[in-house]
Amino acid sequence: MKHKKVRLISRLDIKGPNLIKGIHLEGLRVIGDPQEYAKKYYAQGADELIYIDIVASLYGRSKLPEIVSRTVEEVFVPLTVGGGIRNLDDVTELLRAGADKVAINTAAVQRPQLINEVSRKFGSQCMVLSIEAKKQSNDSWEVYTDSGREKTGIDAIDWAKEGVIQGAGEILLTSIDAEGTRKGFDIELIKSITQAVNIPVIASGGMGEQAHLEDAIELGDADAIAMADILHYERSSIPMIRDAAKKAGINVRDHD
Amino acid sequence: MINKEVTIIDYGVGNLLSVRRGLEYNNASVSVTGDPEQILNSDRLVLPGVGAFANGMNELIKRDFVSLLSEIALKGTPILGICLGMQFLLDKSEEFGSTDGLGLIPGTVQAIPSMAQDGQKLKIPHIGWSNLIKPKEQNISWSGSILEGANESDALYFVHSFMAQPNNPDHLLAGCLYGGNFIPAVIQSENIMGCQFHPEKSGKVGLKMLSNFLEM
Repeated sequence: MKHKKVRLISRLDIKGPNLIKGIHLEGLRVIGDPQEYAKKYYAQGADELIYIDIVASLYGRSKLPEIVSRTVEEVFVPLTVGGGIRNLDDVTELLRAGADKVAINTAAVQRPQLINEVSRKFGSQCMVLSIEAKKQSNDSWEVYTDSGREKTGIDAIDWAKEGVIQGAGEILLTSIDAEGTRKGFDIELIKSITQAVNIPVIASGGMGEQAHLEDAIELGDADAIAMADILHYERSSIPMIRDAAKKAGINVRDHD
Repeated sequence: MINKEVTIIDYGVGNLLSVRRGLEYNNASVSVTGDPEQILNSDRLVLPGVGAFANGMNELIKRDFVSLLSEIALKGTPILGICLGMQFLLDKSEEFGSTDGLGLIPGTVQAIPSMAQDGQKLKIPHIGWSNLIKPKEQNISWSGSILEGANESDALYFVHSFMAQPNNPDHLLAGCLYGGNFIPAVIQSENIMGCQFHPEKSGKVGLKMLSNFLEM
């Protein structure tokens, strides 16, 4: 029996002012206004929302603080925000705008000490280490930065462990191979990371149908599931996914 | 027209915007301030907080808010501490040594047990949605409290590594189970109340609790 409820999270990737979606984090397509989608997912009973500005680390300034402060006027569940965060000032700005947690990838790889600084100043619950991983062999994955564009040569399992030592409170784990494919999560990746660390792991990338969620939880031992295009394109909905999870015996939050 | 004036105490830490939006959603007229005069004269106070106990207490001490809050508590002004703000209400915390709290409700802030009842290792911090439960030993009523209208199947959003344990069981209104261990979720001693979860991040159920607070 799992000790806690598995969180069903809507992930909204942002480019400029728009909600977008790609495949393998590339080939981006505009979906619409993130605010409208955030409201919809909140009303449907999403347990959390994640905003990731997927080009911010390339171009610097992002519209995220503005989008976040609009969102929290109408959305009353936790909000994790990432993309282009470089230092404590960026974190402060996003928290002031209404974010509850920040997700950091590129800047943390460049300077792991940043994880420690964020967690010391704002608490580890606020510091989500975002790991984008690409499969190398059967039991090894490489960390990528800049939304899947840059190789690092770093092993994802080692990096997850290092992140915990530095003070990360949670890991957002995105499989670049599975992302946008709708073919299911990279279960081996999820399993390897959840076995390596004792902090919650959010599995992201590949959710194409409700059964995929069961695999990520039962086989991968994920603590939370991030979903994007399955929701954006209405191939399913949070109420349907919640019901399916319940039927499979997974502990999820009740929502009316 | 019911007066729904409320002041969020700003002492330089945390995300105050979300609490503000949650109160405003319930038609409150919200001030966010660190001005002692305004805090003293407010009809209701929210004491928010995230991060480390000693850090937050230092900020309160720096601003002379400790004696101010004791004075306000005696006046009967409703005070709601949220998350770390709830923990401040107790006598002291065991987070990184021992640090004095506000002492408005007798009790101690302790680490969440890291071992489940079945011996499994628990992930700390406790992050996520947990159902409310009533304490077993005594017959506690939720009516007239911030929990008015809430049910034991309602889940709220928790994110914390420490928990506020009141000495007097009568001060414990609700808890949640994490790994089978009982964790205090709502405490109250007359006009002083605290919740460990984030009502402003707990959807409709949490918004209703903020609405209940505004009726006090």
